[in-house]
Amino acid sequence: MNNTGTEQAILEVRGLHTIYQTDDGVVKAVNGVDFSINERETVGLVGETGAGKTTLALSIMRLLPERTGRIPEGEIIYKGENLLKADKEYMRRIRGANISMIFQDPMNALNPIMSVGDQILESLVIHNEEKRSGEELNKRVDELLELVGISAGRKHEYPHQFSGGMKQRIVIAIALACNPKLIIADEPTTALDVTIQAQVLALINDLQQKLGTSMIMITHDLGIVGKTCDKVAIMYAGEIIEFGTAEDVFNGEKHHPYTVGLFGAIPSLTSEAKRLKPIDGLMPDPTALPEGCKFHPRCPHCTEECKTGEPYLYQKGEAYIKCNLFREEK
Amino acid sequence: MDTLVKGDKLRKYFQVGPKSLLHAVDDVDVDIPRGTTLGVVGESGCGKSTLARVVLGLIPKTGGKLYFDGRDLDTLNKKEKAEYRRQMQIIFQDPYSSLDPRMSVYESIAEPLDMNHIFSKKAEKLDYIMELMERVGLAERFVNAYPHEMDGGRRQRVCIARALALNPKFIVCDEPVSALDVSIQAQILNLLMDMQDSMGLTYMFITHDMSVVKHISTEIMVMYLGQCVERAPSKELFENPLHPYTQALLSAVPKPVINRMSNTEILRGEVSNPINPPVGCRFAPRCKHCTAECTQKNFELVDQGSRHSVACRLFDQA
Ligand SMILES: Nc1ncnc2c1ncn2[C@@H]1O[C@H](COP(=O)(O)OP(=O)(O)OP(=O)(O)O)[C@@H](O)[C@H]1O
Ligand SMILES: Nc1ncnc2c1ncn2[C@@H]1O[C@H](COP(=O)(O)OP(=O)(O)O)[C@@H](O)[C@H]1O
Ligand code: SF4
Ligand code: SF4
Ligand SMILES: [Mg+2]
Ligand SMILES: [Mg+2]
Repeated sequence: MNNTGTEQAILEVRGLHTIYQTDDGVVKAVNGVDFSINERETVGLVGETGAGKTTLALSIMRLLPERTGRIPEGEIIYKGENLLKADKEYMRRIRGANISMIFQDPMNALNPIMSVGDQILESLVIHNEEKRSGEELNKRVDELLELVGISAGRKHEYPHQFSGGMKQRIVIAIALACNPKLIIADEPTTALDVTIQAQVLALINDLQQKLGTSMIMITHDLGIVGKTCDKVAIMYAGEIIEFGTAEDVFNGEKHHPYTVGLFGAIPSLTSEAKRLKPIDGLMPDPTALPEGCKFHPRCPHCTEECKTGEPYLYQKGEAYIKCNLFREEK
Repeated sequence: MDTLVKGDKLRKYFQVGPKSLLHAVDDVDVDIPRGTTLGVVGESGCGKSTLARVVLGLIPKTGGKLYFDGRDLDTLNKKEKAEYRRQMQIIFQDPYSSLDPRMSVYESIAEPLDMNHIFSKKAEKLDYIMELMERVGLAERFVNAYPHEMDGGRRQRVCIARALALNPKFIVCDEPVSALDVSIQAQILNLLMDMQDSMGLTYMFITHDMSVVKHISTEIMVMYLGQCVERAPSKELFENPLHPYTQALLSAVPKPVINRMSNTEILRGEVSNPINPPVGCRFAPRCKHCTAECTQKNFELVDQGSRHSVACRLFDQA
């Protein structure tokens, strides 16, 4: 649908490194991430706990904890501008109006003592560059609520009067309020039951069709990626180790061994096998990452060359895999 | 078959207001043959954890009968009860909050042993703890580690070792892998299955995850708003789901395949209020097959053959 090859990248991340300076040492959370996202496109950012997904999102939004988080290297280009060089005021305007974020837990994202209508209105007022009248803004609040499937008549109610799924719909309405170009959704349905998750994912798909907003969908669930994403980035220990179209990553022939392990570990609804295939070992400690390929201590294909130096970057069009297995014969 | 745990019409209501009763568990039958796993699946709030606590006698039940190894648990005296408690253990979802942060691995596993005065010699106790750690796949070097020094998978292994310490016959696993990553989840599920094979353990395995419950269970019970709506052997349930809710649950699970435009039918609405539920099928407000009859009477589980039973008008015997 979207892959005509003529699109414009709306966001480009180049060589991004993010660290947290903690008492236990320097946590290397993001270690050289490159990717871009085009207009109308959804990119799935997949990885297990601690892979650096949220840190990447917070880096793009410039919302890292001020005391500990730092970006020593890299560029984040939005509309030709490097956001890492932008001042606070510029970033404030970017957030919400251009790029908005949906967090995992709708409970924490909403203000418990403000009606949901007022919360939507608030984000409209902050970014009211067109100086729309109060009446216009209120109409927009109603529109947004209806858009996410909540009757506008409930705008005077407070968050606790809504179920988890409905709260997440309201969070989505707030994220959409100013017609952003890009939405970063960090595990938007992880806290929800599967039948409610299905409703929210359908809503997200539907809104994308209608509005054409680009989206970075952060998740640990490859099933959600399959339902919502055009492209997929698999993250491990702060790096994107495989990137490609959904077709490449789900059905392609070449894969990073971690991607293979990740798909293999999912219990299947259709297979008869009882025993599961875990990936041996654990995520590396982000304060003491292994040399060479960061997956090498867990990789069944690890050879001597994997233990030192950067792994080979295999590229095919936009798609890439960082692994020595794909080093072409000389 | 040789039943280890049996519950008849187990019921737990919570008084939440002067005239408000929250029906957390409503007349649920449980029957777990020795050495097998009963999977209990359903969405949050459907009563899974409450059922677990009732079965373990951790909270008083509002009604029903409970038998363990053929004995009616209500007829036991205090001493006998303590003995039965040792044979039933529980593993919780959150390996973070179920371990005391100030206790090392050694101390956590030793606690139930000390409380029951199992070992008088320190060396024997240490040997036994080491043996338990080996059984659950925890390297010896962690014996003095504290919870914050370990990842979620290892913490869950500590909880499992602790649950095994008193040599139980029956373990309730309440969402034991829900907080873990898939690669670690697979390690823990394999461990639980291996333990069952080698020690003949009986499990009640609670989860909201349809694919996890399929892998681990011998039989599966699907719960909705405090009631069991369908029960069948694992394979049978997945090949032939009958209750409209079970079908909806199965189709809602995102499968790891490209499925962009799929028009999987989406279940509308939300779970209704568990306080003073009206008569009739509790799934009715969300069910596309609902007719007037569905809201006028209650439907009991009806046997459909192959140990498969379902509570729904569509399968109610004429
Ligand atoms: N404020 C912080 N201070 C120090 N370290 C942090 C902080 N936030 C995250 N980290 C560390 O950075 C690494 C990446 O964390 P991040 O939260 O980005 O991962 P994630 O992929 O979003 O994981 P999850 O799936 O658990 O949400 C982890 O090792 C984490 O412990
Ligand atoms: N101590 C309690 N007091 C009142 N209501 C409770 C209590 N414990 C659980 N409930 C209610 O009982 C129902 C079942 O809860 P629970 O057994 O925890 O469900 P599950 O484990 O399936 O998510 C829910 O509606 C819950 O809010
Ligand atoms: S580079 Fe080597 S260790 Fe890393 S994933 Fe590839 S084969 Fe495995
Ligand atoms: S009893 Fe009626 S409402 Fe309930 S599941 Fe069956 S058909 Fe649907
Ligand atoms: Mg995160
Ligand atoms: Mg529970």
